[in-house]
Amino acid sequence: MAVVFEKPKSLADLPLHYCPGCPHGIIHRLVAEALDELGIEGKAIGIAPVGCAVMAYDYFTCDMIESAHGRAPAVATGIKRCRPDNIVFTYQGDGDLASIGMAETVHAAARNENITIIFVNNAIYGMTGGQMAPTTLPGQVTQTSPYGRDVNHCGWPIRVSEMLATLEGPEYITRVAVNNVKNVMNAKKAIKKAFQNQVEGKGFSLVEVVSACPTNWGMTPEQALKWVDSDMLPYYPMGVYKDRSAAKEEK
Amino acid sequence: MAERVLMKGNEAIAEAAIRAGCRHYFGYPITPQTEIAAYMAKKMPKIGGVFLQAESEIASINMVYGASAAGMRVMTSSSSPGISLKAEGLSYLAGSDIPAFVVNVQRGGPGLGGIQPSQADYFQATKGGGHGDYRMIVLAPASVQEMASLTIKGFDLADKYNMTAMILADGTIGQMMEPITFEEEEIRQYDKPWALTGHEGKRPHNVVNSLYLKPEELERKNFERYERYKLVEENEAMWEEYMMEDAEYCVVAFGIAARVAKNAVVSAREKGIKVGLIRPITLWPFPKKVLEQAAQRVKGFVCVELSMGQMIEDVRLATNCKRPVGLVCRSGGMVPSPDEVLAGIENAVKGVY
Repeated sequence: MAVVFEKPKSLADLPLHYCPGCPHGIIHRLVAEALDELGIEGKAIGIAPVGCAVMAYDYFTCDMIESAHGRAPAVATGIKRCRPDNIVFTYQGDGDLASIGMAETVHAAARNENITIIFVNNAIYGMTGGQMAPTTLPGQVTQTSPYGRDVNHCGWPIRVSEMLATLEGPEYITRVAVNNVKNVMNAKKAIKKAFQNQVEGKGFSLVEVVSACPTNWGMTPEQALKWVDSDMLPYYPMGVYKDRSAAKEEK
Repeated sequence: MAERVLMKGNEAIAEAAIRAGCRHYFGYPITPQTEIAAYMAKKMPKIGGVFLQAESEIASINMVYGASAAGMRVMTSSSSPGISLKAEGLSYLAGSDIPAFVVNVQRGGPGLGGIQPSQADYFQATKGGGHGDYRMIVLAPASVQEMASLTIKGFDLADKYNMTAMILADGTIGQMMEPITFEEEEIRQYDKPWALTGHEGKRPHNVVNSLYLKPEELERKNFERYERYKLVEENEAMWEEYMMEDAEYCVVAFGIAARVAKNAVVSAREKGIKVGLIRPITLWPFPKKVLEQAAQRVKGFVCVELSMGQMIEDVRLATNCKRPVGLVCRSGGMVPSPDEVLAGIENAVKGVY
């Protein structure tokens, strides 16, 4: 019988530990497909974050390293500066990248490190049980904002892609989502491009993936995907925020 | 061929690191270690190496973590408050069992403290600093020459035992100039089969990691690590003995404090006091045996430290409190004079500790 669909080779044959309905599995798959299709898994080195994706070092079949919370872009910098011919990527959540690791993120972008960052934004700290993240929406209820995020008390959620796009440094900054088939297809293209940019030596490429966390949002998987449309995407609009090479071509 | 040059202590570290095969330096500015970064910024681009000024000490130690995981000889340097920030990374390096070379040119603390020389990070360096069960090899140079030789030694030990080797210097040795000799060194290369190089389809994937969610597994990892540490303790302790053959009293000091103490020992000898000096060169592993043996012969010890007294605890432990241990100390960036140390020795003779 002809095989028409199979697991990407860059994804290990292991049961993922993620909760039912969690889009991490989809995003892992998209990264693995990009590695497969570009034929770069053998020279890829991935950096796992602290957070729900901490065990990504087991799931991706390329060489992997586990970073301290938020430090993945610094670890990636160290590796890439030593091994410029390898393909170096980080896979980070919102607490990791936009709270504790904001300095590392901004400066890696400003230096235009030739790395790829997959930034999963689900507006909550998943692994520790659902605390307020730097991307938690105004009014959103979490374990540490039990009355809803009060922006007068703890400030406003951060739009990472828009902020990074103001920098001269980075090559490519885009925001995608994975809450329906069409968005998944777009996310795939963006992730592949973010790796392709690195292969071509273009520089820092970050794909912000608006994701969902049914468990900690207290929703069914289906409700969570709808909430991405109704609440997340209006605050975090999809789109390409910076694409230096494309902008040059247009001129 | 040997090469004789006049150099600052900090520059000697940088030059020796390059000679040891280090081609990657990640750092963040802080006094009094700035010459190391300045030297690296000048030299590295000319020899195909990497100098990168990171956004923080935290970022720089994590760049070291990445570069080391990629199989490179790599270093960072800082001074006391900066080392506190690097402590997180030091723990991860230890937990992942990969080598690194780190320099602390100490200044007075705690807090922002001052910028004058100090030895008050002894506890931090030898007892932890970061979290968890781990050790670092800690080397304490007392001259510009040793800044260079212990740097070369440190890189070798780090690779040999897959752990961090730290130079624990102080602002004085970092800043002072002395003539030193660079010998032609044979640099040993170590296999790093665990390094992240991209597997190219030729081997299973390598994972550099310090996370073990099963306690049995984490305990086993820690047991294995401490077996390695035991080897370091057995084989790598270094010290210098000075006028100890007939000594009735023993001064214990490291780094710049040992240089001051040596003068005091000479003065005391001129006064007819039979006193010698033991200078630990490795602070971890601490040269316990030589102190244990000295405790059989001498009547008392005097520790000289640029801190409120930190190494003194290890001296008491090594000698099982068999003999009294006095302390001559200055803190906050102050350095004791040879006369102050001499007074401490004379007090010991009088039985005043």
